Amino acid sequence: MRLGLVIDLDTCVGCHGCAVACKQWNTSGTTGALTDYRPYGRNPSGVWFNRIRHYEVGDYPNNKTINFPMSCMHCEDADCVTVCPTGASYKRKEDGIVLVDQDKCMGCNYCSWACPYGARELDREAGVMKKCTLCIDRIYDEELDEIDRQPACVITCPAHARYFGDFDDPNSEVSQLVRDRAGYKLMPEVGYNPTNTYLPPRLTQPIPTDDVRKEGGLAGKVKEWANKTVVR
Amino acid sequence: MHPALSVIIFTVSSGAGYGLLMLMIGLHIFGFAPDMTENELLTGGIIGLALVAFGLMSSTFHLANPKNAWRAFNRFRTSWLSREGVFAVLSFPFALLYLFAVWSGGAEVTGFMQVVGFLTIVISLLTVFSTGMIYGCLKTIRQWNSALTPANYIMLGLMLGAALLVTLRNSFNGDIALASSMALVIIVIALVLKAIYYFWLKRVTGPTMKTATGFTRANVRLLDVGHTAGTFLTEEFGYQPDRTIVTLFKVLVFVLGFILPGMIVFGMTDGDASSSQAIGAVILAFIGIGLERWLFFAEARHVVNLYHGAQNT
Repeated sequence: MRLGLVIDLDTCVGCHGCAVACKQWNTSGTTGALTDYRPYGRNPSGVWFNRIRHYEVGDYPNNKTINFPMSCMHCEDADCVTVCPTGASYKRKEDGIVLVDQDKCMGCNYCSWACPYGARELDREAGVMKKCTLCIDRIYDEELDEIDRQPACVITCPAHARYFGDFDDPNSEVSQLVRDRAGYKLMPEVGYNPTNTYLPPRLTQPIPTDDVRKEGGLAGKVKEWANKTVVR
Repeated sequence: MHPALSVIIFTVSSGAGYGLLMLMIGLHIFGFAPDMTENELLTGGIIGLALVAFGLMSSTFHLANPKNAWRAFNRFRTSWLSREGVFAVLSFPFALLYLFAVWSGGAEVTGFMQVVGFLTIVISLLTVFSTGMIYGCLKTIRQWNSALTPANYIMLGLMLGAALLVTLRNSFNGDIALASSMALVIIVIALVLKAIYYFWLKRVTGPTMKTATGFTRANVRLLDVGHTAGTFLTEEFGYQPDRTIVTLFKVLVFVLGFILPGMIVFGMTDGDASSSQAIGAVILAFIGIGLERWLFFAEARHVVNLYHGAQNT
């Protein structure tokens, strides 16, 4: 079994809902708490397993905003595990999930240096490294209904841009999506062989704006001038 | 990369300690310095081990959870950090056995002394090599992921050790002609190696924002990084040194670290020196290599910066 996520960059709206759901679930989970520093101060910061960045791809007028959620890729060749001197970092044989044993970690940061995806963050309060667990305390919880045995980020996504499943099973939803939508991995050249896969935005016809009617006359010019002058 | 003072002190100090141990024991057990006295060997050995111990202690200061530091020996099979720790700890009993042999039997070279001394040299070399490989093995930092990294660590450790050895020989009124000639050769090799590294550093490139995001057929720009204040990632990897400081430090590395100590030991190759000259060379070399180590970290660009807006590494 090789569990991981598929993230659809076509439908992600960048709402950060997955990050908030992740924080909410995991702060009381097996690797909790996800400490916040200065939560009500000037520069609030803290530990997150999932972060969303926003990019502009292409040049105007053929540009597009891409919302980009990133969490642990649960790599096949995870150097974060091999570089760990204490053995706190490990990759589970049975499902490929990469975890940190909180009782063994000495907080040397070395695994975070080895991770190209920024998936590992040191909890300065607890002094140990923390990372996405793929909600291991949720996906195997038989107390939950079957439909709820998924990572918190996947269940919460309002745009249905996140999928969870077994990449080793060619007929799983994630494997089919990767096949049908030409799923790709991030930064393949570093050779970590990540499990999480991204679906590129679908090709769409750009909507032309040249023919949009412009207001003419003096009133139109005044309006245009006012719009340019007044800074909101 | 954020240049952590504890790691700079650790790598410079333990490298210098191992350099001194390797060169001093090497000269002694292979019979190149028959005038070495028991006191000189014991003093040199204790200084070397003290520098190593000081460096190792300093390295534990950057641990967020030092109570688990003893577990760092667990992953010898895969982790260079673990190997470094194992070799470092292993070097102590052999070095101490060697020093015990000198202390109990005098400076006369014996077979036992040769065996434990040779093993100390081998383990010291492995330790410094492992220190370099801690950084050299990281595929995420293109500026480190090269054979030049461990080579530099070994040569710079030997160089500081050689400068220390000249001072040691001089303060015990030993023959410094051989020690200073050796120091000069090592300084020249270290200088050439460091110059090669800095030239290579200008050309080396790693992944780009395009491969990091997968949008390889268009320009990609960061619109919003998604967090309001800094994160662990920006604090640890986002450090950007001032270009003028980098240039200034590079000049200082060559002048203080290599050229001035090189000129001073060159003046000693005729076997004549004052103690202030020898100590001056050591102090200058330590300052220069300290700055070199700062640059080593400050100039490294981790690929995670690509997700925070950097176009290339």
